Amino acid sequence: MTADSTSLLFGKLTLEAIPYHEPILVVTFIAVALGGLAVLGALTYFRLWGYLWKEWFTSIDHKKIGIMYIIFAIVMLLRGFADALMMRFQQAIAFNGNEGYFPPHHYDQIFTAHGVIMIFFVAMPFVTGLMNFVVPLQIGARDVSFPFLNNFSFWMTVAGGIIVMISLFVGEFAKTGWLAYPPLSDIAYSPDVGVDYYIWGLQIAGIGTLLSGVNLIATILKMRAPGMSMMKMPVFTWTAFCTNILIVAAFPVLTAVLAMLTLDRYVGTHFFTNTDGGSAMLYVNLIWIWGHPEVYILVLPVFGIFSEIVSTFSAKRLFGYTSMVYATCVITILSYIVWLHHFFTMGSGASVNSFFGITTMIISIPTGAKMFNWLFTMYHGRIKYEVPMLWTIGFMVTFVIGGMTGVLLAVPPADFVLHNSLFLIAHFHNVIIGGVVFGVFAGINFWFPKAFGFKLNAFWGKMSFWFWLIGFYFAFMPLYVLGLMGVTRRMSQFDDPSLQIWFIIAAFGAFLILLGIGSFIIQIAYSIWKREELRDETGDPWNGRTLEWSTSSPPPAYNFAFTPVVHEIDQWWFMKNNGYRRPLSGFIPIHMPKNTGTGVIIGALSVVFGFAMVWHIWWMAIASFVAIAVVTIRHTFNYNRDFYIPAEEVAAVEARRTQMLPAE
Amino acid sequence: MRPETKMFSKAGLIAALAMPLASCNMVVMSPSGDIAAQQRDLIVVSTILMLLIVVPVIFLTLFFAWRYRQSNKDAKYDPEWHHSTRLEVVIWSAPLAIIIALGAITWISTHTLDPYRPLDRISAEQPLAADHKPMTVEVVALDWKWLFIYPELGIASVNELAAPVDTPIRFKITSASVMNSFYIPALAGQIYAMAGMETKLHAVINKPGEFEGFSANYSGAGFSHMRFKFHGLDQAGFDKWVADVKGSGQKLDRATYMQLEKPSIKEPVRHYATTDSSLYSAIVDMCVEPGKMCMSEMMAMDKGLICRIPEPTTAAREEKAIRPAT
Repeated sequence: MTADSTSLLFGKLTLEAIPYHEPILVVTFIAVALGGLAVLGALTYFRLWGYLWKEWFTSIDHKKIGIMYIIFAIVMLLRGFADALMMRFQQAIAFNGNEGYFPPHHYDQIFTAHGVIMIFFVAMPFVTGLMNFVVPLQIGARDVSFPFLNNFSFWMTVAGGIIVMISLFVGEFAKTGWLAYPPLSDIAYSPDVGVDYYIWGLQIAGIGTLLSGVNLIATILKMRAPGMSMMKMPVFTWTAFCTNILIVAAFPVLTAVLAMLTLDRYVGTHFFTNTDGGSAMLYVNLIWIWGHPEVYILVLPVFGIFSEIVSTFSAKRLFGYTSMVYATCVITILSYIVWLHHFFTMGSGASVNSFFGITTMIISIPTGAKMFNWLFTMYHGRIKYEVPMLWTIGFMVTFVIGGMTGVLLAVPPADFVLHNSLFLIAHFHNVIIGGVVFGVFAGINFWFPKAFGFKLNAFWGKMSFWFWLIGFYFAFMPLYVLGLMGVTRRMSQFDDPSLQIWFIIAAFGAFLILLGIGSFIIQIAYSIWKREELRDETGDPWNGRTLEWSTSSPPPAYNFAFTPVVHEIDQWWFMKNNGYRRPLSGFIPIHMPKNTGTGVIIGALSVVFGFAMVWHIWWMAIASFVAIAVVTIRHTFNYNRDFYIPAEEVAAVEARRTQMLPAE
Repeated sequence: MRPETKMFSKAGLIAALAMPLASCNMVVMSPSGDIAAQQRDLIVVSTILMLLIVVPVIFLTLFFAWRYRQSNKDAKYDPEWHHSTRLEVVIWSAPLAIIIALGAITWISTHTLDPYRPLDRISAEQPLAADHKPMTVEVVALDWKWLFIYPELGIASVNELAAPVDTPIRFKITSASVMNSFYIPALAGQIYAMAGMETKLHAVINKPGEFEGFSANYSGAGFSHMRFKFHGLDQAGFDKWVADVKGSGQKLDRATYMQLEKPSIKEPVRHYATTDSSLYSAIVDMCVEPGKMCMSEMMAMDKGLICRIPEPTTAAREEKAIRPAT
């Protein structure tokens, strides 16, 4: 630590860290700054700050937190997709000695940021947001087990996202690929702050993810309505349960491995270095012991979403509920013993490689069973082609292709020729877009009316679906071909001109996906504009089957005036078919948690702490850490954290709903 | 005439199917080395096996989606039907059967195509001669170029690799800095190159030609240009290549290596007529730099100090130091 490389006041941060010499970044910055100022100005002009703070930022209502997660994910999707567009554009033009638009040091940040943002700050918050919003409603609960923890988890996730976003304009992001394999990510080969932004962004967001996992497990185990045994839980809740078990078991491994990388970079330990007994192979193993379950963390809840949708829109009970539950549990367990298939090429023996290859293939059995269960749910059904169902059919066709190429990659000798190629890239986008993204859009279209009381416009929803679906095939089928042509991933320039046509087709596909995302944004804006026409007053616009459809849309803060008693798997369907009458009197006061700003404050302090650690500004790191500790301890002395909604207020809310409902 | 027309139409059909892809060279699907060819066969067999289940699923999805649409009142509607033990057995056992078949193929092929395993044939038609001698090539991934050392010939080259056709090649692979992956798609599958460790790959090239080789694992700023040409040559051609390399007169000693090791991008092809025979093992042991302690020495010392067990033999020590833990 010499005086000329770091200063006491600013650490490693100098004016040079601001990339004012990079025109692309300057233009981006100006656009973001103007956009940001416009939003801030509008919020101030319409005097929305107080409303946002009181009703949203400090809210511990699981529904609002779920919605905020999804808004956060949409914002980050725009950033992550901008990265994707830039990559497609670069690879489509960087031929015949043309260096394209990005020099390697910029391009390498873009593909790293794309992967990190899409997984940690798009897919994860989308899935967590949907689980947060839906699970308590499905199990007949008033909120999650630990409502404040929920708010805190959300703000930690956002804090991590902000740290990653700061790297765009102050310093730089990692140039290592999204998993930051050492030795490349060691201080010897990546001396700049990029990897530090990566580490602190993920560590801080990881706290949020882990705690939200704990919270939802406790919620599902302890807060289910009376009568709802585990085998009467809705399938989405089951998949959410398994996902959160995966989160709680897997994320500490990520935290530990990143902590070791941090020590290697900051204090000179040798966990993963080339020299002094370090082993990069240890990192690769550990990161995939987290990384493989992570894939299932994303895809399991989505399987749940499709299960709900396929039975709702086929107006028919889900085929094979029990085998669906067992398939989910089997996948949960198996996802822990397949991690090595991400590096068959690291030189393990043939027996080790075949073991992990075969365990990987075994996962396709329960997954295949699920696929058949959805098929036979449609069989003898009456399928209504609303937007969520379109996404589901699109998913079923697309996902089996991705599953097939995945099993192919699980055959080690085949993987030796396909590993790290664009075939691999095509495969995992095939399952992540065809599975997770399609599922998330299906879920948003499905539960939006529950969250806001009006449906999303179907025309723009269909536009979005078709652009995404066709765009996906245009964007990724060429990558399968390129993989078979021996083209590897993460290249910024190419020599062979015969490849170019395929990259141009892929870029066209990315453009179609851009139209798909645009249609989705238009769909939301247009639906808000036309909300009175799209209004749903019943609370049950799709003739739903599970308990979330039994309350009003949007549900009251307390979700259910009376906790329902559960008799059947599709409890709401059962109630509707057995002459259920809403109770109209006898309301009692409802015990609820109070909002608190502590989560926002700790989240903000975490951003300061992360930034200080990235730039080695030690005084600021110490000060913000102490501040976090003080705020946390102070919050434990906050005894004013609950209140009762008076019975009269509950009665008034319920009476309003009675008026809205058609006379029975 | 008839059989001929039939054959002609068959060829026409294949051509029509292959047309869109004919313009591109799918090297993975039409390689020139026996190992890569077996890996290609495996891709084809596995894909066909899986299509047995994937095609019916896609077909059924689209068929049910159309058949049971809401407007089709002729289709049976049974909202409570949700279980059938017979169907459950089928939907679990059909994928299971495929996976059992594929699992068996995986187990066998992973063992026969283990990159560490010496070859047992030159190609499907050509068995290994009794007195065959494999050629050893020591591969070093540097930032951002490839160094190839031929210990038996005493020569070395940068960013150019050559081998005689139908001769088994034994690659010993390491890296001087970050992780890379040594990959020549026409020849055989890839394997990682890692510092302080050695990985192995056995392969053979069956057709003469010029093939692409590159790093298949992102390794930093010069990664996109970390490419080389692999020349499959007949024996005469290879002898000439060796003579050319020897004719360069350049010497690869430790000082030259230290210079070469420094990061550089788009390094031109270089030839070295002579090499330091201990260079490669020093690279794996990470002690090319004068005065630097070798990893194997350090590990032996650690062992002696901590466990107080007898010093291992030099051979055992070397083996320990260079094999990646599995």
